[in-house]
Amino acid sequence: MAQTVIDTANHIAAYAAKAARVQVVAAYPITPQTSIVEKIADLVESGEFDAEYIRVESEHSAIAACIGAAAAGVRTFTATAAHGLVLMHEPLHWASGSRLPIVMPVVNRSLGPGWNIWADYTDSMSQRDTGWIQFYCADNQEVFDTIIQAYKLCEDGRVLLPTMICLEAFILSHTYMPVKIPDQEKIDRYLPRYDPKWSLDVTNPLSHANIVSPDWYMEFRFMMHEAMENAKQLIPKIDKDYGNRFGFEYGGLVQKYNCKDADIILLTMGTMGSEAKIAVDNLRREGFNVGSARIRVFRPFPKEEIRKLAENTQMFAIVDRGISFGMEGFLAEETKASLCNQKDQPLIAGFIAGLGGRDVSFRTIEEIVRKSAKWMQNGRIEKETTWVDLRE
Amino acid sequence: MESENTMESIKGLSREEYLLKGHIACAGCGPAIALRLLFKALGNKVILVVPACCSSVIPGPYPHTSFAVPVQNVIFEATGATASGVVAALRRRGVDDVTVVGWAGDGGTFDIGIQALSGAAERETNFIYICYDNEAYGNTGVQRSGATPYGAWTTTTPTGKRERKKDMAFIMAAHRIPYIATACPSYPMDFVSKLRKAKRMEGMSFIHLLAPCPTGWRYDISKTVEIGRLAVQTGVWALFEIELGKFKLNPPSNQLLEKAKRKPVKEYLALQGRFRNLTNDDIEQKQIWVDKDWERYYDLASNKSL
Repeated sequence: MAQTVIDTANHIAAYAAKAARVQVVAAYPITPQTSIVEKIADLVESGEFDAEYIRVESEHSAIAACIGAAAAGVRTFTATAAHGLVLMHEPLHWASGSRLPIVMPVVNRSLGPGWNIWADYTDSMSQRDTGWIQFYCADNQEVFDTIIQAYKLCEDGRVLLPTMICLEAFILSHTYMPVKIPDQEKIDRYLPRYDPKWSLDVTNPLSHANIVSPDWYMEFRFMMHEAMENAKQLIPKIDKDYGNRFGFEYGGLVQKYNCKDADIILLTMGTMGSEAKIAVDNLRREGFNVGSARIRVFRPFPKEEIRKLAENTQMFAIVDRGISFGMEGFLAEETKASLCNQKDQPLIAGFIAGLGGRDVSFRTIEEIVRKSAKWMQNGRIEKETTWVDLRE
Repeated sequence: MESENTMESIKGLSREEYLLKGHIACAGCGPAIALRLLFKALGNKVILVVPACCSSVIPGPYPHTSFAVPVQNVIFEATGATASGVVAALRRRGVDDVTVVGWAGDGGTFDIGIQALSGAAERETNFIYICYDNEAYGNTGVQRSGATPYGAWTTTTPTGKRERKKDMAFIMAAHRIPYIATACPSYPMDFVSKLRKAKRMEGMSFIHLLAPCPTGWRYDISKTVEIGRLAVQTGVWALFEIELGKFKLNPPSNQLLEKAKRKPVKEYLALQGRFRNLTNDDIEQKQIWVDKDWERYYDLASNKSL
């Protein structure tokens, strides 16, 4: 029997690592990820979770240890946030370039200064070019399911790239929600033991990650790009299959809600997507023809789905919990780039909201839609990027 | 003690070569000699973790390698951490007949890698960490490191370094790991016996290997072994072990406690272009520091424990 637990996303992430039968965990505490590493310690020391647990001395060493363990042929797990994630920047590249299927929850938190421990996507967005697959979750159930799915995906020989499971600080990390945890037997059938094609093995000595001259380097990078494209094909299939087995499905790359006939489509990520659904329901009652598309996977970026959505709508209102200084929100950038050279593009308005944990509720999103609707009626965007709830 | 009793001649070493022909180390490379000895001492049931250093270049570029054992190359500062991951994975897989060896230069050990190394030591990780110390960032063309000795020319200390070298073996001793040793490829059987002891040791072993480098030290490529011998004979480099907290000088260093038995430091310095700009005062100062080190070795050797 599946078991329903009421717990925080951080504890759920630890349960997911256990359910995935992770063999080596290496992790370092950082607010607001800390309760993941604490829960794993409890589970390992009580014997419930049979894993090696390396309590490293930094996030840099956490991922570097996972690189060694994954290369030596076992399933690995770590977790981090904010400054810990950006400290990992160099080994993140090393992990993906080494084609090691490490899975890592990232509890999205702002970067200092000033010190701020609340939700913000700038940490993981600034790692988007590291060659890691990036999922963004909207609730605790999705955190559990996506961690399990992530191993299925990234251990696939067509992919072999590490994966981040992004979840917002406190909004998910410390919030209790009911989560269904499937039977271990069913998970084991779905996710067999990690059996890599190659590993550090004295009977078949290979040199991993050694020098590559200009004569070969591009080919290796192209293979990584191909692997991302393969992941894009596999994610919807894995999501569907997982849904059939365990009852939860998330729309593959993009979770769409009332998009079919919508004049305005909200593009959001993470928990803002949950708020967007409430806003859509409320606004539809007021007569606004609005829908919501929650981008669940940021790398690989679902540009084909974005194009499909763009074909049948008048306007995208894009809400970003992060800013690329001197440009605009990350999702707005990627969406516009996806639509380049496409005919009949919708109007696009970008909104920066919720930085450093400022609340983005359904009411915030309703205001965004009302403003967008006005601009749509005028046929003109007054402001390319609007900072929401900003003291000016 | 075991190391003397099982001391064998170099002719008795395995004839197998796991550092294969075609490697691209400089002529006269001290670390390359040491690598060959390492494999001969430990055999091929070894997994090497190698950060950015000369040894990430020595095996040659993809699709070739001259290391006949599995190698995990890692980023510069991560040897201790990545080796920890490999050790944990092997334990998880039930593999108990493979030795994990971190093989890092002095930059990757003294400087950028000291945090990961310290963490691995504190966690009592069961592996051998070897710092092959050529006293500069050799791979990038000889820049100063925390291991560069006082007075040495490097490209970032063109008039000679003004600070002294860290005492890495004693930094590791402060971690209370079970086995610490110094070595030099000019004394191959000393190095081999220390490697074998390290392999048997439960927990972490640290071997600090002085590895002369003709390119960085500015001496003739034929003189690598001679320079290493002079380092030991002058007392600039002492061969010792700290086993379970007990300090012991090894031959021939154990014969050099009396100052009169040691050659003057300037004989070692004179052969190397990197010390060309030392003044007489500098040389005298270096001699004083070496003599002070030996006073400490004398105390440690008499008291036996740290």
